[in-house]
Amino acid sequence: MQQAATTLRPPASGTATRLRGGSGGDVVFEWMCRVAGVFVLILLGAIIIELFIGALPAFRQFGLAFVWTELWDPVADQYGALVPIYGTVVTAVLAIILAVPVAFGIAFFLTELAPDWLRRPVGTAVELLAAVPSIIYGMWGFFVIVPVMAQVVQPAVIDTLGELPLIGFLFAGPPFGTGILTAALILAIMIIPVVAATMRDVFSTVPPVFKESAYGLGATRWEVMWNIVLPYTSKSVVGGIMLGLGRALGETLAVTFVIGNANRVTTTLFGPGNTIASLVALEFGEAGAGSLKLSALLALGFILFVLSFIVLAISRLLLRPSAKGASA
Amino acid sequence: MSATLAGMPPKDDATAVRLGRRRDRTDKVMTGLAIVSTVLGLVFLVSILFTLFWRGLQAMGPTVFTEVTKPPGSGGGLLNAIVGSIIQVGIGTVIGTPVGILVGTYLAEYSRGSRLGEAVRFVSDVLLSAPSILIGLFVYQLLVLPFGGFSGIAGAAALAIIIIPIVVRTTEDMLQLIPNTLREAVMGLGSPKWKMITLICYRSVMSGLITGVLLGIARIAGETAPLLFTSLGNLTWSVNLSQAMSSLPLTIYAYAGSPYEDWVSLAWTGALIITVSVLLLNIIARVVLRKS
Repeated sequence: MQQAATTLRPPASGTATRLRGGSGGDVVFEWMCRVAGVFVLILLGAIIIELFIGALPAFRQFGLAFVWTELWDPVADQYGALVPIYGTVVTAVLAIILAVPVAFGIAFFLTELAPDWLRRPVGTAVELLAAVPSIIYGMWGFFVIVPVMAQVVQPAVIDTLGELPLIGFLFAGPPFGTGILTAALILAIMIIPVVAATMRDVFSTVPPVFKESAYGLGATRWEVMWNIVLPYTSKSVVGGIMLGLGRALGETLAVTFVIGNANRVTTTLFGPGNTIASLVALEFGEAGAGSLKLSALLALGFILFVLSFIVLAISRLLLRPSAKGASA
Repeated sequence: MSATLAGMPPKDDATAVRLGRRRDRTDKVMTGLAIVSTVLGLVFLVSILFTLFWRGLQAMGPTVFTEVTKPPGSGGGLLNAIVGSIIQVGIGTVIGTPVGILVGTYLAEYSRGSRLGEAVRFVSDVLLSAPSILIGLFVYQLLVLPFGGFSGIAGAAALAIIIIPIVVRTTEDMLQLIPNTLREAVMGLGSPKWKMITLICYRSVMSGLITGVLLGIARIAGETAPLLFTSLGNLTWSVNLSQAMSSLPLTIYAYAGSPYEDWVSLAWTGALIITVSVLLLNIIARVVLRKS
């Protein structure tokens, strides 16, 4: 016993009493940890309160109608949030629709199809794609994707889908290359690695015996994925998708570069628009301290906070319990 | 599709063969689509890297690292932006890391099962994915407006807030990996809990903690939106923390949107520097973790 204590103790420390005599240190350390934990709670509370305080003048001036007013007119000092809210929701939802099938394909490939030697490098590459800063996506989107959209994709789509009777209006308008669809595309590329990595992680929690049973009955790999793995992990998969949605809602720089920045609601997907984040980033510089405009921008921030908090909270609730149950 | 697993056995050989062919075809098509998806993801990564190197190397040279930003047409480099980034990321990391490690320690070692612990874990995870632009607006309200101006310290504070939840997550995950028998062994020798945590637990997962911090640095080094509202950016040399301070992402943002050829070129060079640094940090973090 004494022997063991001596070997564990760092060389500099003296007698056994020194090792034991730390009840004061225990109290201090536990409280440091607890205070830090409470600090995180306070941080979230402070963010909500500060944003709300800043938004108060705008909410007082425009009331709840702020949320569904389309007008955004800095000259007349009249502000409404409808355009950026519309742009935020439409780009984020479109991005999810574009990203989820690709992310699922990547996760399927990484968990069931890829040979062992390929798993790690491809998995790492996907994670690196997630690590690229958002401003880089913005620049790359603006200088690489926008010209492709303007010269190839959009003219082709306008000539084909744009001629269709019921959905044609979605693809009307001149092919600028920027706009809602381009923003959604860049967002999709940004969230593919996030969603793919989450899916891969939850897919790998499926107990091998389930999959082996299905394979033993003669199921193909796709059948194992679709009938065994996906039903087993569906809750977490939805959680992962919500996580991607949360990312897409608040993305700033990548969108600012490519969305075209116009403060009106457009029904065509090629039209320019704005998201909450891109509008705040763009117009913040022209909003003086104490101005109504600044308050309107902070009100937009508050709305974005509520939106993304709800989405992220749902995502966490879906991801947690099944992850716990599956880890056994 | 689902008929194959749960459905009735086929009536005759011909049906069985047809069914088998169809299942085989579905499997092949889906496998093909999965491979296409993966290739697509890799193409995006390669395209981004290729564009960065191709356009970023054009203005690359020693002056990028030795000269400050200058008006269009007169050359100049990115020295002030690089130094500003290092200062703000450095201070943000130094402030945020200890807080994050303490919170992660609380979650893993003290909170087990408690309501407060659940709440802290939930809020920290939400903050992990919260839009960084909101952190910027928050710090603007908290540190910029009341103290009369944009400042490097406000930028560092915003980055510190962003790095905290990243460090919390890795710290908790790493501490959870330690077998309880190790804790019991140390406690059984009469060690106080805080020494058990700091001398034994931290040490046994040190590489994991370092990984978390490296990933956190990689994340905040590329953050642009929060700095827009806090340190604003500065096109002249300034290391004064109470004044607006330059940083690489903000300079890239300002230059990439400018109409001047040489500024756009320099923006690409900055983008190359920041991306290579961030990806290298990520790779180093993985190597550190794998070595352990």
